[in-house]
Amino acid sequence: MDYDRALELFEPVLGFEVHVELNTRTKMFSDAPNFFGGEPNTNVTPVDLGLPGTLPVVNEKAIHYSISLGLALGCSIRPSSRFARKNYFYPDLAKNYQISQYDEPIAYDGNVEVELSDGRLFQISIERAHMEEDAGKLTHVGGSTGRIQGAEYSLVDYNRAGVPLVEIVTNIIYGADRDAPELAKAYVSTIRDIVRSLGISDAKMERGNLRCDANISLRSRQSVADALAAGDPPPLGTRTETKNVNSLRSVERSIRYEIQRQAAILDAGGTIIQETRHWHEDTGVTSAGRPKSDADDYRYFPEPDLLPVEPSLELIESLRAALPEAPAIRRRRLREAWGFTELEFQDVVNSGLLVEIEETTAAGASPAQARKWWTGEIARLANAASVDASSLVSSIHVSELIGLIEAGELTDRLARQALEGVVAGEGSPIEVVASRGLAVVSDDGALIAAIDEALAAQPDVLEKIRDGKVQAAGAVIGAVMKAMKGTADAARVRELVLERAQQ
Amino acid sequence: MTDLTRLSASELSEKLQSREISSVEVTRAHLDRIAAVDGDIHAFLHISKDAIDTAEGIDVLRRIGEDLGPLAGVPIAIKDVLCTLDMPSTAGSKILQGWIPPYDATVVRKLREANLVPLGKTNMDEFAMGSSTEHSAYGPTHNPWDLDRIPGGSGGGSAAAVAAFEAPLALGSDTGGSIRQPAAVTGSVGVKPTYGGVSRYGAIALASSLDQVGPVTRTVLDAALLHDVIGGHDPRDSTSLRDEWPSFADAARAGARGRSLEGVRVGVVKELDAPGFQAGVSQRFHETLELLAANGAEIVEVSAPNFEYAVAAYYLILPAEASSNLAKFDSVRFGLRVNPVGGGTVEDVMAATREAGFGPEVKRRIILGTYALSAGYYDAYYGSAQKVRTLIQRDFASAFDKADVLVSPAAPTTAFKLGEKLEDPLAMYLNDVTTIPANLAGIPGMGLPMGLAPEDGLPTGLQIMAPARQDVRLYSVGAAIEALLEDKWGRTLISQVPELVTR
Repeated sequence: MDYDRALELFEPVLGFEVHVELNTRTKMFSDAPNFFGGEPNTNVTPVDLGLPGTLPVVNEKAIHYSISLGLALGCSIRPSSRFARKNYFYPDLAKNYQISQYDEPIAYDGNVEVELSDGRLFQISIERAHMEEDAGKLTHVGGSTGRIQGAEYSLVDYNRAGVPLVEIVTNIIYGADRDAPELAKAYVSTIRDIVRSLGISDAKMERGNLRCDANISLRSRQSVADALAAGDPPPLGTRTETKNVNSLRSVERSIRYEIQRQAAILDAGGTIIQETRHWHEDTGVTSAGRPKSDADDYRYFPEPDLLPVEPSLELIESLRAALPEAPAIRRRRLREAWGFTELEFQDVVNSGLLVEIEETTAAGASPAQARKWWTGEIARLANAASVDASSLVSSIHVSELIGLIEAGELTDRLARQALEGVVAGEGSPIEVVASRGLAVVSDDGALIAAIDEALAAQPDVLEKIRDGKVQAAGAVIGAVMKAMKGTADAARVRELVLERAQQ
Repeated sequence: MTDLTRLSASELSEKLQSREISSVEVTRAHLDRIAAVDGDIHAFLHISKDAIDTAEGIDVLRRIGEDLGPLAGVPIAIKDVLCTLDMPSTAGSKILQGWIPPYDATVVRKLREANLVPLGKTNMDEFAMGSSTEHSAYGPTHNPWDLDRIPGGSGGGSAAAVAAFEAPLALGSDTGGSIRQPAAVTGSVGVKPTYGGVSRYGAIALASSLDQVGPVTRTVLDAALLHDVIGGHDPRDSTSLRDEWPSFADAARAGARGRSLEGVRVGVVKELDAPGFQAGVSQRFHETLELLAANGAEIVEVSAPNFEYAVAAYYLILPAEASSNLAKFDSVRFGLRVNPVGGGTVEDVMAATREAGFGPEVKRRIILGTYALSAGYYDAYYGSAQKVRTLIQRDFASAFDKADVLVSPAAPTTAFKLGEKLEDPLAMYLNDVTTIPANLAGIPGMGLPMGLAPEDGLPTGLQIMAPARQDVRLYSVGAAIEALLEDKWGRTLISQVPELVTR
């Protein structure tokens, strides 16, 4: 159904569960390295494999990170919180239970301020942030989809098993209305900015460091009106939970899609099935996952192998004192420091590239250039590839690229080619410039030779210039640039041609 | 020449230190004894191939003047619930048949560091679920006092091994009496330390909040010497205590030397002196109390009204934790794998493996525990059981206000016949009625011989309990009681065990 029509008929109700992988040196409950990549099943210890007799030991750093995150989300920190076992059988779960937190999460009752593209602020209330361990990774082999349905067999890699996670759960979000997709994106982007500024996660969505499960339900505006008229609380619709959303852009798209899908079903008199939905980046649709009932019974009980987590007040206060500034204050500070107009700055915020530009600037680039490249060429490439810009190139490399431009060694055009090489994994900008031979030719000798050649083909040009028709130089410049395959500095060529006309 | 297998570990220790005997001689004597009698006893599931080599190495260390601990060179049997790098570790279950762990349990590592000589792995009820060793997947162990009778359980193998002189020392594990009840029915000594006093790392978990590893021996001093080796903080076990423990061996020696209970307040728990107990057990218990009183002890009656609910609470907490602990046995990473006929999904393989790999008692408890943790039943079962646990802890606290140690029979009966209670799980469960409260409260308890029951000539056991962290009292009081009883009898109880037919 058309989005506008869907919003006319229905009110979307949202809820988010964001999982943040912490970048501690070792895992949540073992001393195995917490490291992305590596040969399958190499970053594991007997504890991660759940071998008989092994016991978990809590990573103290992960506790500190979780408390910092809780505080940054405006949460209260529980003086004593407990781990609990969440019991279910699945081959990626080595012990067939996940150590998580249940009724006593470490952080609860928080609030996150989110800014929409037009500058409106939205308060999202946080129910809890709790600690848990990640599961291993299944690869389904055989079958066409790479999913478990139709696969011949599955491989398990436990490298990720036991990676520390914090799961941030929002309270139910009402009132987003037609801004729901944008709000979702802005929320996840804000969480990403927070964890990055805390330095507790690599926060790369495409790597699964940051994962968003979006719960969406619709309720008809009529039903809300009726309930309110009768003095009842308006009922909630049946929700779905969209998973596999691997970029900020997908967060927005998937929610928009899911609103339209649900609206079409409801409007046709159908019912929504409570289930997980799997987002497909390529086709832009969600498909049915497993049914999810409220009665899923995980037989939670307090983890008897671990003691309660009881952070001292001193620890909590020292972590609070070390918190980076709040996002709103930070935005104000950066806008002033960078000297951007309101519009330019909003553009940066909306593109979700604040941290990248900050990092690029910190690495030595001018704010204006950093903004130009991130929100321009890099964003364009990212959009074309349907990934987040930050996944294409590092801030250090962008800064290096800008450095080359500012030193006159690259033209914008050459820089775009160099960027292409960096994105393709050919190395740093300097390496790509060397290997692709992209450096601006500043040797006047080579330029003069090319100019001579061009003038020989167009002998009347110099005459025209002397007659005051300076624009005639353009034809020669074009020919030189073509002959030099773009490695010439056009401004210098122009200077040389004009000099020649005066001789 | 003396039969080396008849000597206690402390006697062996003296002769080893004076170089009167070698560890190889001691080890060979025990291996010969195992070869001669274990066909009838079936205490062992696996005999180490390295024992003689290990003993030889220790003899070399002694020859070159290395400073060795008191138990260096003394052989020891290890309950099969403990992980050993060099021997299969099955916990008495088919599902782990042949599984050799890639690590030693912390207690096993400590044995090796103290230069004890592991002889092999001892039989047990599958996953330590049982009071008779009849639930071992590898056949029952027989009581050396009467081969038609049970040796107690779950650690019947360890108790029978020391009672049959196959080993001077053994390790056991005690979740609800698995060290103390076998000690009682085989005329040996067994200690369940304070919860957290000995590391659980590498002990295949039954019920994590109740399990505790401890010594199984023929004398109180030997138990103390072994406790000194295996105790202490382990960073791999989060529930392990950081206490500095006194020397238990010193306490035992002092107790035996003093042979006095002057000023010791000995509490008799009214609820554990029940009319339902076997007459000979009650008789020996009351005679022992008279002996203690005659030697200066102040006998006080204490009441623990909530002990009535201990067995019921225990049989909710244990199955609940066990149902989760045993979920990892799913064929994916280790152990038995059964592929259903015609293939199937991973769930089918897990189900077929667990169906074939677990015995009936294990399945019974997994089902009980799964049910007790289910949504809607949690509060009524697991929740209530935890409340009972708190009440029992309070009962102990008020009892220890009036008494320094508490005493009771260590088991309500002498050894019953093999097969007698196999069809009646409830009757089997009630055999642990006197030992379970200590596990629920986390306090230490000792079982030691208090005479043969007149009606059947079989051993009866006394249980001594002390407040948490006061294990040292068990050894000083236990050694005094042991010495007074042996003075009265004119010999040790174990010296009266019938000669076994050797092959």
